[in-house]
Amino acid sequence: MSLVNFTTREITCKIVYYGPGRSGKTSNLHYIYGRVPDSRRGRMVSLATQTDRTLFFDFLPIDLGQISGFSTRFQLYTVPGQVYYNATRRLVLQGADGVVFVGDSQARQLDENLESLQNLQSNLLEHGVDIRTIPLVLQYNKQDLPRELILSAADLDDALNFRGVPSFSADALHGKGVFETLKGISELVLKKLAAGTAA
Amino acid sequence: MTSALNAKYSFDTFVVGAANRLAVTAGRTVAENPGSAYNPLFIYSGSGLGKTHLLMAVGHAAKKLSPALNIEYLTLDEYVEAFHAAIAAGQGDAFRRRFQNVDVLLVDDVQFLTNRKEMQSELLRLTEALQGGGHQIVLTSDRPPPEIADLDERLISRLSGGLVVDIGAPDYETRVAILRRKADERGAKFEPGVLETVAGAESGNVRELMGALNRLVAFQAVNDRSINAETAKQLLGIGTESADRGKPAAREGPGPGARGPGDEFGDFLADVTVTVGKAVEAWRARVGEAVLRWEGEGYRTRRLEALLERDTPAAVDEVITAFTQDVERLKELEAEVAELDPQAAGQSVFRDPERVGEAEEVAAKVRGGAAPPPGPSGAFPLAAYAVGASNEVAVSAARAVLKQPGKKYNPLVLVGKSGLGKTHLLNAIGLELARGKRAVVACLSTQAFVDELIAAIDGDRVDWWRARYRRATALLLDDIHLIAGKERTQEELFNLFNLLHDKERQLVFTAPAHPHTLPGLEERITSRLEGGLVAQLTEPDREVKRAVLERMLGQHNATPDPALVDYLADRPAESVRGLVGELQRVVGAAAAQDGPLTAGLAREVLEGQAPRDSRRSAGFRTSGIVVSSLGGIKSREKVVWDWSDVADRVIEEFR
Repeated sequence: MSLVNFTTREITCKIVYYGPGRSGKTSNLHYIYGRVPDSRRGRMVSLATQTDRTLFFDFLPIDLGQISGFSTRFQLYTVPGQVYYNATRRLVLQGADGVVFVGDSQARQLDENLESLQNLQSNLLEHGVDIRTIPLVLQYNKQDLPRELILSAADLDDALNFRGVPSFSADALHGKGVFETLKGISELVLKKLAAGTAA
Repeated sequence: MTSALNAKYSFDTFVVGAANRLAVTAGRTVAENPGSAYNPLFIYSGSGLGKTHLLMAVGHAAKKLSPALNIEYLTLDEYVEAFHAAIAAGQGDAFRRRFQNVDVLLVDDVQFLTNRKEMQSELLRLTEALQGGGHQIVLTSDRPPPEIADLDERLISRLSGGLVVDIGAPDYETRVAILRRKADERGAKFEPGVLETVAGAESGNVRELMGALNRLVAFQAVNDRSINAETAKQLLGIGTESADRGKPAAREGPGPGARGPGDEFGDFLADVTVTVGKAVEAWRARVGEAVLRWEGEGYRTRRLEALLERDTPAAVDEVITAFTQDVERLKELEAEVAELDPQAAGQSVFRDPERVGEAEEVAAKVRGGAAPPPGPSGAFPLAAYAVGASNEVAVSAARAVLKQPGKKYNPLVLVGKSGLGKTHLLNAIGLELARGKRAVVACLSTQAFVDELIAAIDGDRVDWWRARYRRATALLLDDIHLIAGKERTQEELFNLFNLLHDKERQLVFTAPAHPHTLPGLEERITSRLEGGLVAQLTEPDREVKRAVLERMLGQHNATPDPALVDYLADRPAESVRGLVGELQRVVGAAAAQDGPLTAGLAREVLEGQAPRDSRRSAGFRTSGIVVSSLGGIKSREKVVWDWSDVADRVIEEFR
């Protein structure tokens, strides 16, 4: 998918929220959805089970309107976190312009985080994308939980962020850090334009 | 009671974008072929999107193409008012007749037909009459016919029966283009980004846009400093919310709808805007703009698109400039071809800057294929024209014309009796004019002109015939009085005259007498002929006669006998042609006797003492003007004077 189309004057960013199950990817999208004016957002498509687990994926299109003469759209996707939905994850990752890795800050979830990160790397590789080149940010969610249950952002950085990408502490349920994360990934994605990603 | 067309509202000043392209194309088509393409043409759009502009542009374009067209522009209200006034004055029929004779009727704002039953039936009747007579009708409204409340079914179907097109609100690019053009028109300069800011405000119509621009122009004029994008925003109240947040303002503010209650989203948007502004490289934006512009005008832009596919900018400005030049060349070629052969002009090759070469070839072919109008005869050089007191005025007028063709005496009408050298002078002017670069001089007898028209009518090629003459840089018609009674020719000549005269192309005519004394010429023709300079040629004086004799004799034997020249020059002669006839007789007699050309022989021959020579034949009379077939100068045009025109005129009038 082309990010910027100069002839039709469109910018379309596909951003995928990745991470282990129950880390809060859908919460991110829900929060964003609630903050986007009606006229700017499409219908949020959420395929969830009865217990509100993402079965397939969430999709939220956002229309940012005319920016620099370009009609700019963001498409936000989440992947299902459960291990056995890997095929779906791979599918959703296709053509992604940027990835937000939503990690679960709970100490006991560290292994899941690592596993999911590895899974991201291998799935990207399947699409021929090197995780070192695709715009990526980390979000440490659930930082609102009691201190004794979670790892601090610094600890998580040590454990997960070995590539030194931008990382954000968040409480997606209440919205803390959600837009900061989105801004972070948008900036990376859009900056990649300058490197010449034309039609 | 009828509004005049506002000269500002032409197609040239109409900015075309995706939202109005169809309407503009339809309008142009109608202007080019009034009454035949889309009739009626119904244009609707919201307020301030250019309905009236487009409507008037149709009028201007139609008028430009055929100046003789009777074009009326009026709003429905004016029409209603006129109708009421006419009814009150008991002139209802005259009113109807007046509008039925309009060639192109432009009616603005017909949505006001609601609740006006009598006007609806009047308009229905008028539309039917105009359509029936092949006259064009163009209407505008703020909504399509079926949505005009209370409109008669029959009128709806009538109005929808031609073409109904709408003009949408201009998109961002069109808004920028409009603003740029208007700013140019006002001679206002703005810093980069200012107009884009105004355009970004998503105003629903062009008038609001103009209002915003006017405020900026006024502000700039009053404060005597240039406005930047930020000031413009503040002035116009755009994007104030995001400015409050102290965020760096982007070059172009996002639409007002972007900032809802969710502050975080507004923040995010502001950030993204800045990032995009940085990321979208200026050169790509420039290329993109050029692509949009030329695409909008209907040109292929592959070359520019290829530029966008590159990773790094490479000679962007050069490529755009070269592309623009190619497009300009295509435009020139298309215009030229359109004049020569309107049908050939529509080819796609004129829309593809990658195929300029092919376009050149097509144009060359059309140029070659389009027979130029008949030119002046080479037998009448100006150098061979004998000048004397009797024709001094005419010759000096001719010289003035040659010095400033089309500007000084236009038209120049040479009047005088037959055989005084009008045809010679006319052709001489033609030959001189034809020396000019790219000159296309049409120089022919009026009779040939009429014959060509009749042939064209017969062959259904009147358009081609017209195009041929329209491209002439000068039109010279000999014996203009021969159009007497030929209405269609007078009509065509009238149009051609106006067209050429408007373009400052030289017109020269000859006539046996002052135009206003010529019978059978319409007033509009005679008044136009009198409008330039009418130069009289009188009976040749001695000087002219001597010059003519010396030249003629010079052609026969090297040393003209001075006594013979004196003798002949002293004889009374009504015309140069008569003089030449006498000389021919003498030359004939000398040849018969195998003797020398002397004054004595001339006296013998001309004063009746010598037997008549077999080569002489009598002149015959037509239209009371003596024509001698003995002229040393034989005028092809003169010989066909006397034609039996009944059959041809039947064709002409039948048409």
